[in-house]
Amino acid sequence: MGSTQKYRVLIGKPGLDGHDRGAKFIARALRDAGFEVVYTGIRRSPEEIAAAAVQEDVDAVGLSSLSGAHMRLFPAVVEALGKAGAPDIPVLGGGVIPEEDIVALKAAGIVEIFTPGTPIDTIISAYQNACKTKPSG
Amino acid sequence: MMTIDRLLEGLKQRDPRAIGRAITLVENGDESAQAILSALDEDLISQATILGITGPPGAGKSTLTNCIISELRQRKERIGIIAVDPSSPISGGAILGDRIRMMQHATDQDVVMRSMATRGRLGGLCATAGAAVRIMASCGCSTIIIETVGVGQSEMDIIRLADITLLVLAPGLGDDIQAMKAGLLEVADLMVVNKADCKGADILAMDLETVTRKGSDTPAQVSMTVATEGKGITELLSRIATIDSEHRDSGERERRRSGAHDQEVLDWCLEIMRPKLLAKITKKRLSLLGDPRLKAKEILKEK
Amino acid sequence: MPKDPKFTEWEENELAKSLNRFPERKAKFTNHGGEEIPRLSTPPSLDETYLDSQGFPGRYPYTRGVQPTMYRGRLWTMRQYAGFSTAAESNKRYRYLLEQGTTGLSVAFDLPTQIGYDSDDPMSIGEVGKVGVAIDSLADMETLFDQIPLGKVSTSMTINSPAAILLAMYVAVGEKQGVSPENIKGTIQNDILKEYVARGTYIFPPKPSLRLITNIFQWCGQKTPAFNTISISGYHIREAGSTAAQEVAFTLANGCTYVQTALDAGLELEVFARRLAFFFNASSDLLEEVAKFRAARRLWARLMKERFGAKNKASLMLRFHTQTAGNTLAAQQIDNNIVRVTIQALAAVLGGTQSLHTNSKDEAHSLPTEESVRTALRTQQILAHESGVADTIDPLAGSYYIESLTDKIERDALALIDKIEESGGVVKCIEEGFIQRQIENAAYQYQMEIERGERIIVGMNKFQIQEDKKPPLLRVAPEVENTQVAMLAELKNNRNNDQVTSLLTKLEIASQGSENLMPYIYDCVKEYATLGEICNVLRKVFGEYKDRG
Repeated sequence: MGSTQKYRVLIGKPGLDGHDRGAKFIARALRDAGFEVVYTGIRRSPEEIAAAAVQEDVDAVGLSSLSGAHMRLFPAVVEALGKAGAPDIPVLGGGVIPEEDIVALKAAGIVEIFTPGTPIDTIISAYQNACKTKPSG
Repeated sequence: MMTIDRLLEGLKQRDPRAIGRAITLVENGDESAQAILSALDEDLISQATILGITGPPGAGKSTLTNCIISELRQRKERIGIIAVDPSSPISGGAILGDRIRMMQHATDQDVVMRSMATRGRLGGLCATAGAAVRIMASCGCSTIIIETVGVGQSEMDIIRLADITLLVLAPGLGDDIQAMKAGLLEVADLMVVNKADCKGADILAMDLETVTRKGSDTPAQVSMTVATEGKGITELLSRIATIDSEHRDSGERERRRSGAHDQEVLDWCLEIMRPKLLAKITKKRLSLLGDPRLKAKEILKEK
Repeated sequence: MPKDPKFTEWEENELAKSLNRFPERKAKFTNHGGEEIPRLSTPPSLDETYLDSQGFPGRYPYTRGVQPTMYRGRLWTMRQYAGFSTAAESNKRYRYLLEQGTTGLSVAFDLPTQIGYDSDDPMSIGEVGKVGVAIDSLADMETLFDQIPLGKVSTSMTINSPAAILLAMYVAVGEKQGVSPENIKGTIQNDILKEYVARGTYIFPPKPSLRLITNIFQWCGQKTPAFNTISISGYHIREAGSTAAQEVAFTLANGCTYVQTALDAGLELEVFARRLAFFFNASSDLLEEVAKFRAARRLWARLMKERFGAKNKASLMLRFHTQTAGNTLAAQQIDNNIVRVTIQALAAVLGGTQSLHTNSKDEAHSLPTEESVRTALRTQQILAHESGVADTIDPLAGSYYIESLTDKIERDALALIDKIEESGGVVKCIEEGFIQRQIENAAYQYQMEIERGERIIVGMNKFQIQEDKKPPLLRVAPEVENTQVAMLAELKNNRNNDQVTSLLTKLEIASQGSENLMPYIYDCVKEYATLGEICNVLRKVFGEYKDRG
């Protein structure tokens, strides 16, 4: 990666959940780890997130949900990215997500799921790996 | 993976994915960027209007930009936006937080937005932003807005890419006009006092009206807006249109573009030469003694 | 030893009046050896410093408690927040809780309801019934309170932006049961200011939202005088990462804003102020939390007296509900959470809370099971009946640490409140992002301490184990959404649609003016206009607030 190249990540919250403490923390931590973070805030539809991700040509998308709607919303973002012509952008997610849902979410195309208590270093590594694997060009 | 041809085809089709990818390639200094930039539609580029929006943090630039987009979209214009945010000098990362104020336009295919970080580049940022402007223009954006915080030199330089520059201020931000970077006040074609419903707005407007643009007799025009309520936008756009028209007629637009173009070419020269020169310098293992400027002249004499 | 005359004076006044109204729970409170537990411990002689800063429970500045007998007279209300899925399911859980000994109901609504969307709105997809009960119309509300006597049970409703509508529905259900609105008891959270900075269920911008809130104050003042019109909340601000002093500062600053807004609208201070309630967080630093609650009480009393000239006790008393801190619940070794909740609940009780919700151990994973809710409730019951802390008032008073910390938190909070005032007030600070930044910075700092291992969270960054056992979790069936959508369709078939349209139009016209909207909303609700229909009218007139990052 050239000296002026940076990993770009979009962080957003799909659905109606308004608790953004975690998302804001991740955004800031990623920034401190050298990422460029497009923070899109709360109450976003999967289509809005996908459209923004495509325009910003991000290397990964990070989602957060604490309202139990992740099974519906996270795969919807993966689908929206596909429809927008960017099925190659990896999606990572975090929040209040039971273990048993993680398998299904991964099957639906979400690359990593972070449950409460995951150390930030683990999360940053995961984003770095995800960004690396996205084919560029 | 997108090949150059597919990308160029995508740009013609106004495919958001192609546009996004093209801008990334330019930003990363990828070699394929060259091919893309050479194949852009020069006519569209020369016709587009580039609006620069700058000002101190907290003035409401993003909110104002959002209003301008809404109004221009009502007129069925296709718009491009480049939002510049500073990179952290420590980590090199950045929070690109302008887009959040404009998310209502996220799924509108005729609003092409890109967030950019300064990445510690000096002229380099301008070069990249200039290329992004050209890409947006050539895929049909008739108005392109560059939004940046007017605090650092690189952000200041960005503004020279614009045909018309707006300086957005707001009362109570603690910024004395005297304390403002003199360059900003001189460079602006139009001043906007946002949050015009707040105390001190009128006084700020009066203070601004006494500032004249360098080399001109006419005092700078001040528009009043309340971006959070969408007030004053129509009048502002009307003023912008008037200025645009005046500039086109008087040749000012051409003059500025010409100067900006020369600057941009210079920036690219420096961008391209920078890594080679640095490699050369490093290889020499220069001693700490002696005048750096003389050493530079010596190096430049070398082939 | 002879009592200080000031003490006797308090006994003969506030205490006597209270005992006349209702006696203490027991004739005598004794310990294991049969010795009497004193009602209130004080230094042997009471100087000005003591009287000014601590004083007596039930007397200004209320540092030691808002009632003269506190838990000796009546235990705090054990009010467990609950609700999920359909009204019918939630109704079952409420009746279970009442059987198990909760003394008040607390309703959790799903996000679509909280944000004014019906269950069939595209924005509601995937969210119906997940974090609370789905209420689309009065019909759902009737089901929710089926077999629950509104004349006997007080209900707290965690609803903000559409609070006016849910309140109208609640009163309407009461009327159908034959309970007169004057006897309706409960609380609506109705605290929009904190939504913009910490919770995110806003709909409309600040100005029209404040109008709705003052409409509620006014309407309730006349129609439902026993109902608390607002629960000014610090809980969420703390959950978002603020410090204890910030929690107090931002909450009380919001409180002052509501008071000022109501006064500006011409309402009478001593009429609405008595129905203001508060809601705080009980976090893990036991001693700091106790000091925080005492500081909040004292500071509010002083602000009400000095800034607004309040004179009635009822206007000066900070009455609050507490919830143990959700953000301290770990997903690992979840039984440890029972211990955390116990410490936090203890802090709330030692801090003099009027009502308390204790979290369940499994809530870092999902909504609680019946069993874990029962344990959470038992925690409160054990504190109340076995620990002795409810038998004497404000027992930590006089501790050098507690008193100096109480003073410090009050000072720091007041400094922040003044700063907000100087910066143009709460609404301005929200627009500028000042409050959000303060909270974010505190949250970031706290989280980084955990990441760096400077702050230990047992089971999470220290004392971890490999866990294979998966806890049983509550799952909300996705069919709930279909059920609600079907019921909505049926409702719209069976009601008088012409009437609904006509009433919604009347509401729209009234919203454009400055009348009190409650009567219009009440009429709409009684004809089974849906929550979404009413909110859409208001959205049209008031506009929508958007996240600004």
